[in-house]
Amino acid sequence: MARRPSMKSVETKYYEERQQLFDQLRGLDRRSFLKVSAAAMGAALTQGIQFTPHSFQPVQVAYAEEAEAFRFAYISDSHLYDRKVNERFVRSLLRAVDDVNRMDPAPDFVLYGGDLAQLGKPEELDLGAQILQNLKVPVRMMVGEHDWFLDMGEKWRALFGEPTYSFDHKGVHCVVLLSVLEDDFWTVRGMTPMERMQTVAGLDNGIQSRFKVGEEQREWLQKDLASLADNTPLIIFSHSPLYKYYRAWNFWTEDADEVQALLQRFKNVVVVHGHTHQLLTNRIGNIYFHGMLSTAWPWPYAPEGLPELTIQMSRPDPFNPNDGCGDGACRVYTDGLADKVYNLWNRNPVQVTRTYMVSNGKQGLPAMPNLISF
Amino acid sequence: MRLLRLVWTQRWVSILSLVFVALACDSSPSPTSSSKTPQPQAPTQPSGAKEGVDVQLCDGETKTTVPADVERTRENGVKISDALMAQWKGKHPDVDWVSQEQEKHTIVPPHDNHNLVEKGQGQVYGKISEQDVLTWERETLKFVTDGSRVFHSSDELGSQIAVSCDMCHPNAANTHPETYPKFQVQLGRVALLRDMINWCIEHPVRGQVLAPDDPKMRALEAYITAQRKGQQLAYGKR
Repeated sequence: MARRPSMKSVETKYYEERQQLFDQLRGLDRRSFLKVSAAAMGAALTQGIQFTPHSFQPVQVAYAEEAEAFRFAYISDSHLYDRKVNERFVRSLLRAVDDVNRMDPAPDFVLYGGDLAQLGKPEELDLGAQILQNLKVPVRMMVGEHDWFLDMGEKWRALFGEPTYSFDHKGVHCVVLLSVLEDDFWTVRGMTPMERMQTVAGLDNGIQSRFKVGEEQREWLQKDLASLADNTPLIIFSHSPLYKYYRAWNFWTEDADEVQALLQRFKNVVVVHGHTHQLLTNRIGNIYFHGMLSTAWPWPYAPEGLPELTIQMSRPDPFNPNDGCGDGACRVYTDGLADKVYNLWNRNPVQVTRTYMVSNGKQGLPAMPNLISF
Repeated sequence: MRLLRLVWTQRWVSILSLVFVALACDSSPSPTSSSKTPQPQAPTQPSGAKEGVDVQLCDGETKTTVPADVERTRENGVKISDALMAQWKGKHPDVDWVSQEQEKHTIVPPHDNHNLVEKGQGQVYGKISEQDVLTWERETLKFVTDGSRVFHSSDELGSQIAVSCDMCHPNAANTHPETYPKFQVQLGRVALLRDMINWCIEHPVRGQVLAPDDPKMRALEAYITAQRKGQQLAYGKR
């Protein structure tokens, strides 16, 4: 019988598909290969197909739009007291360290988001440094107001070095700022260092000044960014949000406009900030702002000024000491955009993806809260 | 000589009475802090021109000895009474506790009742004066300010782990007093605001629970409720 080329036997088609699949697989890098295998397995299982060693499911290989540059983890706002005074906060920080050590794949580094101590005492900072030594990946430290205003950074510098610095990581430029400086309110009142610290420690204490980055640091930042091209991926780590959310609680940076002006020329800037102890999302032009969770306690949402893009975390249950707390991670892409992961303890994690940010909240919405703030 | 001595005594009496008046004005301790009412004693008589003069405040405790060779002028008298007052204030740092607390924490003011002044059909308590309205306002605000003081102090709350209410509730945010009474799901029963305050004191704050009529409980309730002035009542809201 003569074979017509347009008609192929089932067996021929089968082997051609098999060859096509192998050719595609050969072209993949390791991460995509794993994705494809997982997808193939998933597809096979959902279709209820009997999985025999000789079956091949042709799979469309989907490539990610942008490659992931790296991922980092974060732990923030632990507010440690001496162990004899309060053990609860210590346990929470230990849990966060465990979480990060168990991450797979391991993050490239951990950012510590500030407020390691509650009252800035040397024993509190020592305790925090000791606990963070258990992390298996390198730590990048950032200052919060609770660390600073007892001795104006003397102990911090001794333990962790300069509070303001920058570094490059896999093509992304990262800057760590000290954004909780305050105008002097303590000298005219004749306050002792502890009185000054107690004033700053009260979130709703109106005597303190508003947070600022300050002219000196802004000049440093301008010089630091001067040599970078506009399309350099840029991440700014800051304790205060670097925008103006709620003044009374210092969810606020007084010179936010000036700082944002320095960042305007870049294609994509991600700001990761602490202090707010809640799920917080904002976008101002090319700058994408993400808050970090606290390990110690959650703050409520402010009565006004909440950014539009923020989808709230559900009102924490006071009967669960860890609710509303946690740690998290950030997947940074080569174009400078990021996915933010909130690893809320005892809850499903929440992801605020690059798609959500870029589409201004129209696509890729994270899960809605059960109980909102009122 | 005798005339001069009389005049001199009168001068001291007038200075001391000024001091007495200053002490009497709005320096009452907070309702929840424990302090005794001062028991005034008669000041000791001037012991003699050679050893010096003992000058004492009407609290019977704060005193100083003025050397005999100090010139008895008005200026020196004012200096002595200033020094005694500074001594007294040093021993009582919380004398200005109301204004200090209000400076630290914004407190919602009570309702303005000025529209009631000089109105009424003329009963015993019906003739309302400006003084009445101010008294009501100040006393109410003082009570609420005391609540703010307790709310923001882990020591006053008796916390064993240095936790205060404002750590989860800055400016009493997220307390929702207007939603009580409600079924508190975690307790499995209907609760009043004070039940929830006591639960918080016992668990997150880890202090001793308060009796419902404890001055601190009343003050805390007052402060928390006051911060929600103008909110609609919505009892039962989750």
